[in-house]
Amino acid sequence: MIDETREAREIREASEPPTVPTAGVGGVGFPALPPPVRRIVVDSPPTVAAPTVADHGLARTARAASGPERMTLDTLSVFYGPKAAVKDVSIGIRQGEVLALIGPSGCGKTTLLRTLNRLTELTATARRDGTIALDGRDIDTLEVTELRRRVAMVFQQPNPFPMSIFDNVAYALREQAMKRPGKSVLEPLVVDALQRAGLYDEVRDDLDRPALRLSGGQQQRLCIARAIATRPEVLLMDEPCSALDPRSTAVIEELIGELRNELAIVIVTHNLQQAYRVGDRVAFMYLGDLVEYGPTEQVFGAPRAQRTRDYVGGAFG
Amino acid sequence: MAVAPQTEPLRPIRPPRKRRVNESLSTWRWGDRIAFVLCWASGIALCAIAGGIVLYMAFKGLQYLSFELLTARPQPSADQKASGGFLDPIIGTVVLTVIGIVIATPIAVATAFWIVEYGRPSWLARAVESGIEVVAGTPDIVIAIFGLALFQQGIFSLLSFTAQGGAVFGRSFLTAGAMMSLIALPMVFGATREGLQSVSAHVREASYALGKTKIATIRRVLLPSVKPNISTGAALGMGRIAGDTAVVVVLLGATLRIDPESSFPGVGLLRGTGGTLTSYVYNNSSAGEGNAKEKAYAAAFVLLLIVIGLNFAVDAIAKRGAQTGLESTRLGT
Repeated sequence: MIDETREAREIREASEPPTVPTAGVGGVGFPALPPPVRRIVVDSPPTVAAPTVADHGLARTARAASGPERMTLDTLSVFYGPKAAVKDVSIGIRQGEVLALIGPSGCGKTTLLRTLNRLTELTATARRDGTIALDGRDIDTLEVTELRRRVAMVFQQPNPFPMSIFDNVAYALREQAMKRPGKSVLEPLVVDALQRAGLYDEVRDDLDRPALRLSGGQQQRLCIARAIATRPEVLLMDEPCSALDPRSTAVIEELIGELRNELAIVIVTHNLQQAYRVGDRVAFMYLGDLVEYGPTEQVFGAPRAQRTRDYVGGAFG
Repeated sequence: MAVAPQTEPLRPIRPPRKRRVNESLSTWRWGDRIAFVLCWASGIALCAIAGGIVLYMAFKGLQYLSFELLTARPQPSADQKASGGFLDPIIGTVVLTVIGIVIATPIAVATAFWIVEYGRPSWLARAVESGIEVVAGTPDIVIAIFGLALFQQGIFSLLSFTAQGGAVFGRSFLTAGAMMSLIALPMVFGATREGLQSVSAHVREASYALGKTKIATIRRVLLPSVKPNISTGAALGMGRIAGDTAVVVVLLGATLRIDPESSFPGVGLLRGTGGTLTSYVYNNSSAGEGNAKEKAYAAAFVLLLIVIGLNFAVDAIAKRGAQTGLESTRLGT
């Protein structure tokens, strides 16, 4: 028992039933129980004491003062064909706050996020019910290009364009007009965006280098710089750290903490600790339903719904 | 901790046993051995054949090749000492290749972008793709006689010269180049389409998410991304054009010298007839009229060098694309 390997312990603990009373099994008067089914549970929740969320990672960043409500979702539903991916979600997104969307895979959180800047419309089968308002105005009445400049997005994979670092940010700034602003107009704006994304000091000397030569974390910060260059009101982040190493993740989380003062941030994350660290409010989604929505401390500390309790406790995922 | 007694006692898991290192052909089954040897033999045979062609042509060609041959215009003479070099065929090859690729590339790239980025209605997209496949599969001699029939029509009289009776000749650099573009077009189209398809969806989405329209995305993101692919396709297509004979014979006249149609420089050349290295090789070989094998070998060697050079250009373009990090976009990392 002492020298058993970790794998062996997992096999044993995953065997069913784990704590069968052993007395009398095989003994006189008791029918022999069938041998326990052995199975290795892939991605099983840790069988050691479930970690309390606060035990891990950085301490929560200080709470920012929440500002006005930038986006309002009213009974929003999204369907892919006949299947509802998001069901009747009503939620508000405030400036100065980070809203973390959590939930198991396929629960609709990414769909919800992509609906906010109408990226779901690129999917032919997608359909939307309910209204989304940006600063009180229905986003359907906005030009889609204008909406996406005001509601920017950062993706899971760092996806800089195959151009120089400068051009990546400048691309976002250039209006689609016949007359394109020159480099002298763009340069201060590009530098400002890179500074706000915390990347400028690392790349100030080689803005003309191809962006794809940067490291993964730098690429993601470049994508953030690109997204915030147009001074959007809302920043959507779709698992922005899942392709990054812990150090880059920490840098980006710190950046999120700084950025939330100037804009509203919605972040989708699979990482509960990350949701705890960066989120001011947390929305837990399950199978398209908004199960729980509230301040982070409440969702993690005293969740109202059983599902939330199970999920944040790591019982399923 | 309580453990059910019927579970076997657990032992630490051993590392997997190492494979026998002295595995050799002698332990294989006979079928595998034969297949293995055949694979090797095919590869080596191909290398030998390619090497053989190049070395033979180099041996024969370098024997007769001289600087004068490259710079002297050919003369119609039965005497080999007086029949000059093949400057005109070299110029003809270059001009024809440039015309062909200049026509083919924009059409092929535009078609590829339409198919991949729009492709609606889908039946039309399918029809376009099949059309290009048909063009790619059509033998060049068929393309050539079709071109001749087409360009002898009166409305194309500007492209070539009109005889006294009003018959349109139909043979010129312009008409041959137009048909040559059909030979290069599928290669440029295929390479561009491959490149576009391998640009991952999230790069496009990133552009849309910045509030860019589809057309801006195509112009500023996708076109730069597939530039190496377009260059690769164009280089391959140029190789095909430079090496084609049938179109030259039927549509260019396969004359010994470039024969401008008027004294107006440039336009006269384009409307006039001429020959390329391929037709020069054919005409001077034992099969043709000239029966000057030495010059045919020398010209064939030059042609081989041009085509091999284009192929190396393809590799160099692909490598440069990889170095600038363009490749990694396509793999979606």
